[in-house]
Parts: sequence; structure tokens; C-alpha cells
Amino acid sequence: MKKAAQRDLFPGALEMMILRMLKRQPLHGYALVQYIKRTSRDLLQIEEGSLYPALQRLLKAELVKAEWGVSSTNRRVRIYKLTAAGAKHLEREVSSFERMLEGITRVLAVGES
Amino acid sequence: MSWLTQLFSRRQRYSELSEEIQAHLDEKIEESVAEGMSREEASHLARREFGNVGLTEESSREVWRWPSVEDSLMDVSYGVRTLRHNPVFTAVGLLTIAVGIGANAAVFSVVNSVLLKPLNYPKAEELVALHQTAPGAAGLADFENGLLLSPSMYFTYAEQNRTFQSLGVWVTGTANVTGLAEPEQVRTVYVSDGLLQALGTRPEVGRWFSAAEQIPRGPETVTLSYGYWQRRFGGDRAVIGRNLTMESRPREIIGVMPQGFRFVDTDFDVIVPLAFDRGKLILAGFGFHGIARLKPGTTIAEANADIARMLPIWMDSWSNGPGTNQHIYETWKITPMIRPLKQEAIGNVGELLWVVMGTIGVVMLIACANVANLMLVRVEARQQELTVRAALGAGWGRIVRGLLVESVMLGLMGGVIGVGLAYASVRFLVTTGPANLPRLGEISIDARALGFALVLSVLSGLLFGLLPALKYAVPRTSLALRSAGRTISVSRERHRARNLLVVGQVAMAFVLLVSAGLMIRTFEALRAVEPGFTDAQHLQLMRISIPDSLIQEPERVTRIQHGILDKLAAIPGVKSAGFVSEMPMEGFDSAWDEIFAEDKVYSADSIAPLRLYKYVSPGFMQTAGTRLVAGREMTWSEVYALRPVVMISENLAREMWGTPSAAIGKHLREFSNMPWHEVIGVVQDVREKGVQERAPEMVYWPPLMRDGFAPAVRTVTFAMRSDRAGTEGFLDEVRQAVWSVNSNLPLASVRTMQAVYGKSLARTSFTLVMLGIAGAMALTLGIIGIYGVISYTVSQRQREIGIRLALGAQGGDLLQMVLRQGAKLALVGVAIGVCAAFELTRLMRNLLFGVTAYDPLTFAAVAVLLVLVALLACYIPSRRAMLVDPIVALRYE
Repeated sequence: MKKAAQRDLFPGALEMMILRMLKRQPLHGYALVQYIKRTSRDLLQIEEGSLYPALQRLLKAELVKAEWGVSSTNRRVRIYKLTAAGAKHLEREVSSFERMLEGITRVLAVGES
Repeated sequence: MSWLTQLFSRRQRYSELSEEIQAHLDEKIEESVAEGMSREEASHLARREFGNVGLTEESSREVWRWPSVEDSLMDVSYGVRTLRHNPVFTAVGLLTIAVGIGANAAVFSVVNSVLLKPLNYPKAEELVALHQTAPGAAGLADFENGLLLSPSMYFTYAEQNRTFQSLGVWVTGTANVTGLAEPEQVRTVYVSDGLLQALGTRPEVGRWFSAAEQIPRGPETVTLSYGYWQRRFGGDRAVIGRNLTMESRPREIIGVMPQGFRFVDTDFDVIVPLAFDRGKLILAGFGFHGIARLKPGTTIAEANADIARMLPIWMDSWSNGPGTNQHIYETWKITPMIRPLKQEAIGNVGELLWVVMGTIGVVMLIACANVANLMLVRVEARQQELTVRAALGAGWGRIVRGLLVESVMLGLMGGVIGVGLAYASVRFLVTTGPANLPRLGEISIDARALGFALVLSVLSGLLFGLLPALKYAVPRTSLALRSAGRTISVSRERHRARNLLVVGQVAMAFVLLVSAGLMIRTFEALRAVEPGFTDAQHLQLMRISIPDSLIQEPERVTRIQHGILDKLAAIPGVKSAGFVSEMPMEGFDSAWDEIFAEDKVYSADSIAPLRLYKYVSPGFMQTAGTRLVAGREMTWSEVYALRPVVMISENLAREMWGTPSAAIGKHLREFSNMPWHEVIGVVQDVREKGVQERAPEMVYWPPLMRDGFAPAVRTVTFAMRSDRAGTEGFLDEVRQAVWSVNSNLPLASVRTMQAVYGKSLARTSFTLVMLGIAGAMALTLGIIGIYGVISYTVSQRQREIGIRLALGAQGGDLLQMVLRQGAKLALVGVAIGVCAAFELTRLMRNLLFGVTAYDPLTFAAVAVLLVLVALLACYIPSRRAMLVDPIVALRYE
């Protein structure tokens, strides 16, 4: 069995985290990965490449938009921004995720009390 | 964003994506380098942490796509590439498929046009033929037509029915038209009131007949067919109101029917009203075809019940003259058997066409088996490629789909060529097809036939693609990698599929060849039947009619006919000449009546047996080659002297008096007040209704009889025996001879007896040709199949054969070994074929004549033929096996 840290994310988790990061500030791909890694304190091993299909899905669903710009290291990069729809979507996702998490936590807590 | 702009902006989106990913990698590398890593190490790390760049790009792009379709398009372009890289395989496969689909599409378009499409009338499904049977009327109602309607029946049905919108009767005939160019005999259809209304087709120009034109002594009118209008009047619309001189009397042209309008399946030149004299009708006169249009929602059963209800009314309303029993027809047991008009038009051709369709379908299966075999061989050669693809992560579903797309494409391309072939063959069929194939002119490749070809292409593509796909797409990496090295012999399992296909092909080819063989035997049996005339090739026929408007007096009619005979006999090369009211197999409406013998007793309450009768001139029997069995032919002096003499057929003589010679001197008559006619000659039986039908009992009256019974017969077929029959020069002299007697007489139906005879065999010869083609195709494809499998096996076994040779096997042993393998396949195929044929040939029972569906000779001959051919197909590759050089074979790696 895989180590817990390497467990695959559930579908939509990556998208949710991307949206959350973008809610704080517009970012380009590389920076996004770095932020997620850093914020999760490396608990989540995300294959960096998997970010891009997720970004494309969000673009297609018009939850984010992208513009070419210049990064802090003076590089031509595509910077992603949350749209209004994306913000709404994020809220819904987060609350449903929290409900799910609460449910799971309660079930897991049964044996211990 | 609409999907269209999405589609077009995609290319840019993809390149942006690549740029973005590249930037990501660069940034990461530079960061690592800045932290003190070597550039090479940094680049490795970046790629490791990023994952598969290609896959990432692929799945990022996939977000924007419609994956199933685009994958298929990719499969298609890949398929096109592989097909292009194997031109020989592709050509052979394409050709096989194209021929198969072409044949199937052509036959289907015939089936579709003849059997499936509705007749060319408005709401044709409401139209019915008023068919009725009369088991008690021996002879009269024997044949295909059943008991036709009499005029009094028509009036009863038309006036008393509760189930028809309208109803009418019709009959065909001929008439002389003069005053246009040369005198001409035209094909006439006589119709009663209600018939055109029932058919419902409006005239192209002008109007239908009015009721006033359907009574005797009303205005005399005529309607033209489209073809006759074009031919004689150049399509001039001003023709309405002009007169057409028919039978020397003017008739006003009141209408032109539209192009393609026919009576059921009869072409015609003009339509003339019947104008029955209602006051003079009797019960009898059963000579008219009835057509009716059902009221909406009425079933055929209800219409039958309606007719059955009206039959007693008919018998009560009319009689056959004073002192006759009106209810005599109850003994005939007349029963209505109404059937859809389409069925009437198609006749017995439906069964034949389905048999042909079935055989051609089997040919398609054989073709598919062949292509499947080719595909198997090829997929086997591609095993390594497939294994590599599987190893690179292609799922087996994807590989199966790739293979299927390839085979369906092959099927579709074959279908396109096949439709071209079908167009050509349908054109050929329409121009040269058997004249008695109903609705021949309507045959074309329409949308439905094209749809059929499309479905067939796809289905056959799937069929021959499925076997190789299922067999090889499932990745068996280790096996494939090992056997691709050819260091082990080919496994038994790999041969099983191919052997199965070959056995199936041989079995199907057997069935088809047996059907074709049975048709050959049928044709032979028909040719062997003595038709009652000889050397049809050299018997020239023509039909001449002398209307009473031209010549009134009966005896003068006969003298003119006699004069023509003399002139004809004087033409150089004419051995003899005679005339008859109708030649055998000519298909004109025949004449039947009760015939009484002087020495027999007949009950007044029943109808005497009905006999077919004709009028013949002296010398006719000799000219036609109808053998005299006893007695002699009549002479001209007897004819002019009105001597009561008659000739009969051998079967009638035997039925009435036991032997032909006993009949000579006996007496016959048709009506009670007619003089008794003495039987002076008995002639051999003649197959009047076609070679397949039994010869009817016949009475031959003289051409001229006393007034009041049957005055001179005015429409007759002249027959001349000459080696020059059918040549243009001869026909010129014949025309001059006729016109030297009377220049107003048109010649019609000018042809040799061979043409008439050939037409009566047309159904059989058409079936024979079609099944022959199917059989030949099956045999060829079967040979190719066996040859392919055996030669492939041999090439696969080179190494094994090399070892055997090295170990001391003789060439002859190897030859035997390979031949034995082929023979085994062929024998198993034949054995299955015999069982299948026993079941399937039953379906064509009705097409056979003089041979059973289980004819042992045919079965044996086909079995021997197939096995021999199979051995021959094995022989060539076997020779190659024998000549294998052991050293080369062993070094084959």
C-alpha cells in the first residue's frame, strides 16, 4: 500500500486548492505549485504536471481566466485570475467538502470515544 | 465561446500551453541552479517532479476536445496509412469487397424496385386484383389467372358492392391504325367505366372517359399512352380533339396518360372504352381482369366476403339465354381470392428474386471470410507493432477500435467501388434483362439501395474485422515477443481461425454450386421437353388482323388470308406456310368453351369439360412441325365448302376414346345447334402455356365456319418455315408479299418462334444466369481462400519442413502432407455443405423442373468438383514446400 502522503487526491481537490490560492492573488503556474506545496508543508505530493490539465479544465469552465504577463523573475508567463463564477464555485465546493470531511471525521471518531 | 471558435483557436491554445509548460520547467531549473545544483542535475530534477511532459500536454489538450470522435479520426488517418503501405493486400481486399457489395447492391436494387416499392399509382396499397378461383371449372380456371370476370359479373360487382370505392375491368388486344404513316398494329387496352377511376392516375393531357363514352353507340373516343403520343404525335398537346383511325373508324383522342403509366404490368399504346351493351349480356364470358380500389380501412377478407355475397345475386340477375339453368355455375364453386394488385404485378417472380438475393448474400459471406483471412494474416504480421503499442500504454479497447476502423474503412471503400459496379450492372440488366421480369423499367439504384450498400459495407467491415481484432488485440506481450522471433513453430491455435474460415467458405460454395447445378439440370430438362413444334429458329411469325370495317364478308377474309399464304409460300426459301389463331406460348388471351362429343351423355345441370380451342389453316401443323399422330390435316376445299371437320390433340383423343386412331371419325361440337364436326386428324400434344406447364387438351377448328357459330377468324398468326427466317431481307419480302394482297394490313409481332420459346424459358434462364454468376464467384473466392491458407501455412512451416527434409523426409511425403491438410479442410467443408444444401435447396423447389431439390447427381458432381479444385489450390504451395532447401529453411532467422 502507498504511503499516506502519496495518496491520490480525490477528483476536484486540486481544482479546489487552485481556486483557493487564486482567490488570494493572481498567480502563474509555477508559482501556484510552489504555493500549494509550501502551504501544505509538503504533505501533498503533487506531480507538478498535473496542475496544467486542471488549469485547462478551470479555463474551459470559465472559473478562471488567464493573461500573459511578466513574473517577478522577469519571465513571460501566463497569470491566472479567479472569476466571479470561480469564487462562487469555490465557496460551494469548500462548504460541501467541509460537510464531507465532518462526516468522515465523525465516523472515524466512533471507535475512540 | 462557441464550439466552432474553440475548434479554430485551438492550435494557438496548444502552442501557448507548450510555451507555458516550458517556462515552468525553465523557472524550476533556474531556481535549482541558483541554489547551487548543476544545470544537468537541475534539469533531471525538474522533469522528475513535473512528470511526463507529453502526457501532461496530451491530457491538457484533451480538455478541449471531443475525445471519442477525434481519436476515431486519428484511427482513420492511421488506417489510411497502413492500407496505403500494403497496396497488394488493400487491392485484393478492396476488389473482393467491391465485387461482393456490387453484386449485392445490384440484386437488392432489383428486389427493392420489383418487390418492395409500391406500384406507380396514387395510394397503391388500396388497389386489389379481383382474383377468383373456380375449382369446378376444369381447364378454364387452371392457370395463373384463375377465373376471370364476365361483363355481367362486372356490372353486378360495380353496382352492388359495399367495400370498394370504384371497380372496373380491362382486357388487352390489338387494333389496326391507319392514316398516319404505314398501317400499324397497336397494343390496345380495353377498359370499362370505373377502371381508370380505381387506378386513380390522372391523364397528362385531356381527361378520363365519361360515362357517355362507355355505352354502345356513344361517342367513340380513345386515350393515348405517353410513349405512343411521343412516337406518333411528337408530344403535341393539340392532339386532343383530333381523330385516330382505328379499325378503319375514326375515334376522337380525348386524353394522354402520363409517362410510366401501365396497366399492372402491361405496356400499351392506346386505351379504348369497352362500352358493354348492358341489355345483351349473359352470365358467361369470363375474359376480363378486374381491378378495384378498397374503401379506406377495408380488409381483403371483408372484400372477399362482399364478393361471395354478390355471386348469388349475379346468378339471379342474368342468364345464359332462355332455357338455360342460371345456377349451373354453382358447380364451379367460384370463390373470391382478392389479392393486392402488387402481388398480381409481381406474379411468381418474388420467390425467384429472394432466392437470388439469398445466394448473392452467401457470396458476400464468402467474400467476407476471404478478407477476414487476409486480415488475420496481416494482423499476425503486425503482432510486434501491436505489442509495442500495448506496451506504450494503448488499452486493448483502443487497439480493437483501431483494427475495426481499418476494416470498416476497407469495407466502405469497397462499398464505393461496389456501388459503381452495381450501377453498371443494373443498367446492363435493364437493357438486356428478361422481358418477363415485371417492372423491369422501374429498376434503379435509389436512396434505399444506397443505404443498403452503406449498411452492408459497414457490417461486412465489422464482420471481417472482428475476428482478427478479437484474436490479436488482447496483448499477450510475452507470447508475441517470443513467437515474433520465429524460433518456435506456429501454434495450433493460430491456425484454427483460418481453417474455420476455409471450411465455412467451402460449405457455402457447395450450397451455391448445388443451386446453380440444379438450375442447369432444370434448364436441361426444359430443353428436353418436346414443345409440340420443331426448329423454332427457322419458324418466322407475324400477326395480321383484318377488321370487319375493312372487309365485312367472312369468306373474303379467309380468301385474303389464303392469298397471303400463297404469296408467302412463293417467297424463295419458304418451305411451307400456315396460320393459326394463336401460336403456342404467345400469351394472348386464350379461348375456352364446353366441347361435346356425339357419343357421350352430358347432364343438363352441369357444365361439360371446358377445352382450349383454336382455328388453324390447312398446312399449319406441317409448317409448325406439330406431328400428326393419326388421320390427316384439313384441306382448303373442305374449308371453303364449310365441311364440318375438326382436329384434336392426342391427350384429348386418349381421354375421350382411349387411342388416337379410335378418335378418327368421331364427332364433336361446341353449341347445341352447331353441326357435328368429324374428327379427321389427331396431332401431338403442344405445351401451349409454356414448357413448364402440362399440355392442355386442344380442339382445332377450321378457319371458316358456318355463319352464326364462328365466322372467319380475323386475327391470326402466320407461320413460315424458312432457313432465312428473321433476316431483314426476308422480312422485306414478307411485307411486300402481304401488301401485294392488301396494302392496308399492318404486320405485328414479327418475330421467330425461337423468340417466343426463349421468352417462355426466360424465368429459368434468368435464374440460371444469376445463380451461375453467384456459383462462379463462390468457387473463385473459395479457391483463393484455400490457396491463401495453404500457402501461408507452408510459408510458416518452412522451418519445420526444412527440419523434416534434413531428417530424411522425401519430397513426395511432404507434398502428401500438405495436400492432406487441404483435402481435410475441403472434405469437412463439403460435408457441412451437404447438410446445409439439403435444408436450403428446398427453398428453390418451385423453380425446379424435372429434377428434385436433392438430385444426387448434382450433389455428387459438385462435391467432386470442389474437392478437386481444393486439391489443385493446394498443389502449387505444396510444390513450393517440396522444393524447400533445408539449409535455407534452417537459416531462415
